[in-house]
Parts: sequence; structure tokens; C-alpha cells
Amino acid sequence: MKNKMTAFPYLIWMAMFIIIPLVLVVYFTFASEDGGFTLDNIVKISQYTPIFIKSINLAIIATLICFVLAYPIAYILSRSTEHYQRTMILLIMLPMWMNFLLRTYGWMTLLENEGLINKFLSIFHIGPFQMINTAGAVVLGMVYNYLPFMILPLYSVMTKIDYSMIEAAQDLGCNPVKVILKVLMPLSLPGIITGVTMVFVPSVSTFIISRMLGGGQNMLIGDLIEQQFIGSTYNPYVGSAMSLILMVIMLIIMGIMSSFDDDEMEGIVI
Amino acid sequence: MKKWIALCAAFLLCFTCVKTGAPVVQAKEKVTLKVYNWGEYISDGSDDSLDVIKEFEKRFPDIKVSYTTYATNEELYAKLRSGSANYDVIIPSDYMISRMIEEDMLEKLDFNNIPNFEAISEEFKNPAYDPTNEYSIPYTWGTVGIIYNTTMVEEEVDSWDILWDPEYTNQILMFNNSRDAFGIAEKLLGYSQNTTDIEELNAVAEKLKEQKIVLQAYVMDEIFDKMSSGEAAIAPYYAGDFLIMQEDNPDLAFAVPKEGTNLFIDAMVIPKGCEHKEEAERFINFLLEPDIGLANIEFIGYSTPLDTVKEQLGEDVLNDGISYPSEEVIANSESFVNLPTDVNRYIDELWVDIRASGSSSVWELVFLIVVIIGLGGALIVYLRRRNR
Amino acid sequence: MKKVVSKGYIYLVLLFLYAPIFVLIVFSFNESKSRANFTDFTFKWYQELFRDELIMTSLGNTLLVAVLAAVFATVLGTAAALGMKNMKKRARGLCMNLTYMPVINPEIVTGISMMLLFVYISHLFDWELGMITVLIAHITFCVPYVILNVLPKLRQMDQNTYEAALDLGCTPFSAFFKVVVPEIMPGIMAGFLMAFTFSLDDFIITYFTNGSDFQTLPVTIYAMTRKKVNPKINALSTILFLAVLIILIIMNVRQARAMKNKEK
Repeated sequence: MKNKMTAFPYLIWMAMFIIIPLVLVVYFTFASEDGGFTLDNIVKISQYTPIFIKSINLAIIATLICFVLAYPIAYILSRSTEHYQRTMILLIMLPMWMNFLLRTYGWMTLLENEGLINKFLSIFHIGPFQMINTAGAVVLGMVYNYLPFMILPLYSVMTKIDYSMIEAAQDLGCNPVKVILKVLMPLSLPGIITGVTMVFVPSVSTFIISRMLGGGQNMLIGDLIEQQFIGSTYNPYVGSAMSLILMVIMLIIMGIMSSFDDDEMEGIVI
Repeated sequence: MKKWIALCAAFLLCFTCVKTGAPVVQAKEKVTLKVYNWGEYISDGSDDSLDVIKEFEKRFPDIKVSYTTYATNEELYAKLRSGSANYDVIIPSDYMISRMIEEDMLEKLDFNNIPNFEAISEEFKNPAYDPTNEYSIPYTWGTVGIIYNTTMVEEEVDSWDILWDPEYTNQILMFNNSRDAFGIAEKLLGYSQNTTDIEELNAVAEKLKEQKIVLQAYVMDEIFDKMSSGEAAIAPYYAGDFLIMQEDNPDLAFAVPKEGTNLFIDAMVIPKGCEHKEEAERFINFLLEPDIGLANIEFIGYSTPLDTVKEQLGEDVLNDGISYPSEEVIANSESFVNLPTDVNRYIDELWVDIRASGSSSVWELVFLIVVIIGLGGALIVYLRRRNR
Repeated sequence: MKKVVSKGYIYLVLLFLYAPIFVLIVFSFNESKSRANFTDFTFKWYQELFRDELIMTSLGNTLLVAVLAAVFATVLGTAAALGMKNMKKRARGLCMNLTYMPVINPEIVTGISMMLLFVYISHLFDWELGMITVLIAHITFCVPYVILNVLPKLRQMDQNTYEAALDLGCTPFSAFFKVVVPEIMPGIMAGFLMAFTFSLDDFIITYFTNGSDFQTLPVTIYAMTRKKVNPKINALSTILFLAVLIILIIMNVRQARAMKNKEK
């Protein structure tokens, strides 16, 4: 039991299939087609800045919406009876187990001009609204796909909160807004950080949601990277540079997020 | 201890299963032929059609076909160039074939294995993209035109201009590949579809950016649904696919604009890295057989380069002016040729730029900065409080 | 009143989560291919689904990869967790960072970086991307979840029981399997299940590493959504949804029973 050796196969494995691939990405970023060193690939990316900004913005909006939607749910659930909690968490998790491509495809049916929502609205002589192929539809897709990732960590943190603290705050004359800001939020901070990370990271790098719901007009970083490798504008050098920059952005955001939290991040993934 | 040994044995067993999995298949000598084709581009057995792949496997029981699809020439090119996949038979378009020949990505065909090449009509032999006809055999050909829904578009369609018409805002679809999209704008502006002039290309890009305001989406094969269901009113696409859409929605009509259009040929080639060249040639030969060719042409609606198939088609098909356009239309159209690498790169960049344009980036930047400042502020306040 | 509002809110969110799934289910019984008009009731898309060889082989591939990846990841991850527990704090921190890398890294970056490696290797050894590369990729992104599940259980364990077993004459091996494994079994199982489901559902990483003809179900589904609509896809959704639902119900019932037994 005092043996460290059992971790070595794992470490070798990860070195081979995580570290070396990332080294390759770095290599391609600074390589030109004839094998020399170049900074052209990085420089070229500056022309795609609007796409980077747009992706980050849409991901921020999606994360905010997820947070606003999920926080009350996590709170309500954490205060319900145990049976109700279990059923509801199961119901929230259930869609996650079904392939996300299929669920996103379902939204296409709902959002189209001739789709069900517009059909329903036309009964009341409203619309039709242009919903699919907009940035809004992309955000909706993100919120829809990643909402459970926000609810679950928030919920698991909130079940551990001692509610006598909230009652104490109320007794001492806090209004509800203050209770939320001064008591509930700080106590649920680890959950918030996990939730925000788990929604933001996949949102900012998705290429499927933007492709299916964005109609090819709402390109995100993910689309851009995918296109450089096996999509319509083959150029793995620029593609690697984009991936590297995306990773750096991610690391910066992770750094900011984790400085909110002093605990180690272990064991909070669900 | 016993359990431990049993566990080890179980894992070893697992390993050997995986390892021997492949050789067992090889022992039967069943060859897997990897065919990579456009989506909706072969008769696949739906709607009581002939299932060409199954028919081939029935004829040659020792070959198994692994059939996958792509949506654009550029995607096919990237997949091959990335080295992440290799195929035995692919069906790119003319300009992409010449690019692949130039970049030494194709195998020469052994025409002894493809006797049915004889049936290819003379005008399709030795085409411009493969002047010595060593690498490719035509599969289909056709033109690009405008498909529109007559219940939504009442005027007569005769110009590419209608794809920019604000009257149909959000009802217009556009090609989701650079060459076809640029081709349309180039024709509208009166340029050649093969222009390499930077000024002209910039003007084309501007024109395509203008179009985004009226556009519903950039599509490839998603167009089938959107046009059949009346989701969109106008879209440029390939003539053959129009015939298929029309079967689902009789309100659709087709027009070739007066500015001229693109005439394309899609041809079967064998890429370098192919492992079963002889079987691949057998597959190509099979697709050239009269009854198989006919089944495919009837299913996909495109025009055939095979004399033996054309003979079997009815007068109504040959004279409807869609699959087999008049001399005039053909004379007024242009074929894509391969462009120099730097021009291709430049078009790729413009194309990304076009699709990313349109959003007010100033406001987006402002939003991002506000969020960053807000987050930073919150962090500072939080850290100060914690340290107190 | 407050209760009604809060329950109503939860049901609204559930509606949001389930609306597209219900739409898919309803339209899987639609006679016509239209996605907007329900014409007549039919089962024919289910028949066609089961006759579709591509979908069936992809399903087989997906299950095979998921089982293998989950087993390998569980063994590798459990061993790693055991070793990491005995490391010094700094070394362990380093290992944890390595473990978090595939969890935090955007999937697309993991996908393309592995593709670059595999392509490089395939050039060296005249070898092709396919099932093996998909399997390696899946194991790689699954292992961290096993570790993250096993490590906390190891920490909760009382070190003395293992030493007691040794003192009482157990060999290290049997002490390990008789004392340690039962103790951390819930963590191992949770890790295995997580690895299994992540592998089952993965699209992005498979998409970049699957080579030319090894297709898993998500990759096939993606190809289907890019073509002419085929209601088979709705039928497939319905069946997958039912399968997940039944598995979850069974698991839940068993869990509830186990809890009841404990109470007794």
C-alpha cells in the first residue's frame, strides 16, 4: 500500500496521449509549411479576433443565463423533501444521457420558420419570428445543452449549507436580497465556480451547436478550428495556433476562477 | 489470491480478443473498400430504389463496402490532406481533381480493369481537368441554377440578383462552400468564375457580405428539407438535386440565370494511399454499368455522361432543359479550374471573413470589456474581504 | 403560494429540457417525412431503423468502445489513484494537474491534438486511424474521471485496517483485494459508470480520431443531420431515450431497495 509505482502506467499514458499531443500543437503553431520557425500563424489569427470576441461573448451570455435559471432550482431542490429531490435530479439528468446531437436536432424542428413554435404562435396571429440561424438560437442551444452542468454542482453544494445560518440572518433583520448576497452566495461559491467552468468551457469551444442552430452564419472559435483541420479551409498550422490561443484564454479564465476558491478542486466534478 | 489470478486472466483474455479481432476477419479474405462520396449521391435503396452498394456486395461477395459521405470538395480535400483518413474511391468535382493531380494525391487508373469506360460519351473523355484522362472517370455532370418556390416568389426569376433581393429577407439560402458561393457573385458582377485578380476577389467578397442581411442560412444538403418544406423561398443549388426536391414539393421551379452559370463534372478517382486498387477499379467499373448507372441517375437526378444510360432515358427527361440544358445554356456557362495555391488560401480567408461578418463588433467588444472589468472588480473586492 | 411558484418554475425548466425530446418522439410515429405536419401514425421508421446496417454497426462499435474504454480506464485509473495517494504532496499536486488537463481542456483541442499525434504515428508506422485510435482517445479522457472518483474514497479509508490485515497474516495482494477493494468499490463503480457514459456519448473527440471507416453512433448521427431528413433519426432518439429511462429507473429502484434494507 505504500507503493507509488502503480501510478506510473497512468503517468506514462498521460504523457504520451496528453502531453505529447499538446507539444505537437505548440510545434505546429510555430512551424511553417517548409518546416522552419515562423510567427506568421499567430499573426494571421489577429484577423479572426471578431470571431474570438463573439464566441467568448456568446459563452458568457449562455453561462449567465444558465446561472440565473439554475440557481433558484438548486435552492428550491435543496430545501424539498428527499424523495422529491431525488426524482427531480434524476429528471434533470435524464436528457443529459441522450446524445446531444439528437437533442439539438430536436430544437431545429421547434425553431424553424415553419417549425412548431411558429405554428403555435400563428394560431394567435403572432409571428412568424425568425428564430433559427440566429445568434440567439446558438445561445439557446448552449443553455439547453449545458444547463444540467450548472444545476448539479450548485445543488450538491447547497444541500450541504446549514439553513439555520439563513434563518439567523433573517432574524437579524436582513432583507431577502441581502440574505442571498451575503449568506447564500458566499456559501455556495464552490458550486458556482464549478458550474460556471463546466458551462463556459464547452460553450466557448462548441462547433456543433453553432453549425446546427446558427445556419453557418454564426461562426465560433470551434467552427474555425474544425475547419482548419478537417473542414473547408485546410490549414493545420493556423488551426494549431488557434487551439493554442483558445487554451491560453481558458487557462487565464481558470486562473481567475480558481482564485475565488481556496479549496483544492478535487472531487467536485459531480 | 485466486481472484487476483482470475482477474489477470480475464484481462489477458480481453487483450487477446482485441488483438486477434482483425486477423480473424482477414482469414476470410473479405476486403473492405472505403468509398467516400457526396451526401445523397448514390441510389441507396430508399423509396423502392435499387440499393447499389448492396448490389455490388452481392455481385462481389468478397468485398465489403464502407460508405461514408462528405458535403463539400474542400472538406474532402482536408480530410485527405490531414492524413487522418484514406479511401479507395472518391468522387470530387473537376477543379478539385486538377488540384489533386497537381499535388500528386491521385493514383493513375488501370483502364484494363474498367472496360465500361467505353460507354462514356466522347465529349467527356480527356476533359480539361484531366487532359490525358489517366486519373478520372466522370460520374455525373450538371449545372447550377436557382431553385425557387412559386407560391412565395411570383416574379420571373432570371438573374442571380434575386439572391440579394431584400423583398425575400430571411427566405434566401446560399451555398456553404467558397467556390460555388464566389462563383455566383463573380457571374453577377460579370467576372470570370476563375478570376485570380485580387481586386475582383475583394469586390466579390464585399458583394457576398452585403448578401448576409437577406440570408437565412448557408447550407449544403440541408437544402433538401428547407426547400421541400417551404422553410426557404429561394436557393441556388445543383440542377439534379432540384428534380429530387420537386418530387417532394411540386411548387418548386428552376431557372438558370441569364448571367451564365457553372457547369460541373464530378468524377471518380482513386486517391494515393488506396489499399485495394483493383477492387476500387472494379467498383468504378460497376458504377458505369448501364442498369446501375440508370438507377443512380434516376435516384440522384443529375445528368449522366454515359451513352448507355442516356439511351434508356425518356424523351421528357432529355428535353426538360434541366438535367440536359440547351446548347445556349451550356455555351453561356463556365467550368471551374484549379486556382493557384495562394489564391485558394486568399479565397479561404475571405470566405471565413464573409461568414463571420455582419455582427456589430464594436458593441461586442464593449460588452466583453465590461464583463472583464466586472469580473476583475468582483475578484478584487472578494480577495480584499477575505484577507481582512 | 410560494410553493406553487417554485414548483411551477421547476416544471417550466423541465418542460424546456424535455420539449425537443418529446417532439422527436412524437414525430418518430409520423407517416410523412415532414418535420412540421403530423399526418398519420406509423411504425415504419422503426422497421427501417433496424434494417439500417450502418446505424446498427455504429451502435455495436459504440458499445464495444465504451465497454473496453471503461474497463481499461477503470484499471488504469484505480491503480493511478492508489499510487498517487502515496506520493508526496508536491508530486501529487503535479499529477492532479495532469489529471485535470483533459477535464478542463476544451474537447476540440484534445481532439485535434490527438489527431495530430495519431497522424504522425501513422506516417511512421504505415498504420491507420480507426478503432484503436478511438479507443486510446476514449481511455485518455475517461481515466481522470475514475481517479477523481476513487481518490476521495481512498482518503476516507482507514489505513489501519489494511495494516491489521497484514499483521494477521494476509499477503499484500490478498489484503489489498479483501480489505482495500471492497472499501473503495463505490468509487470504482462510479468511475466506471462515468467513463462508460462519457465514452458512449462522445462525439467531438471521436470525430477527429476515427479515421475513414470506423463510425460510432454519434458520428453517424452527425452525418445524418447534415443530409436529407430521415425520420429514422427520430425513431433512433425514441429508442435511446427509452433505453436510458429504463436503465435509470432500474438503478433507482435498486438503490431505493438497498437503502430500505439498510434501514431495516
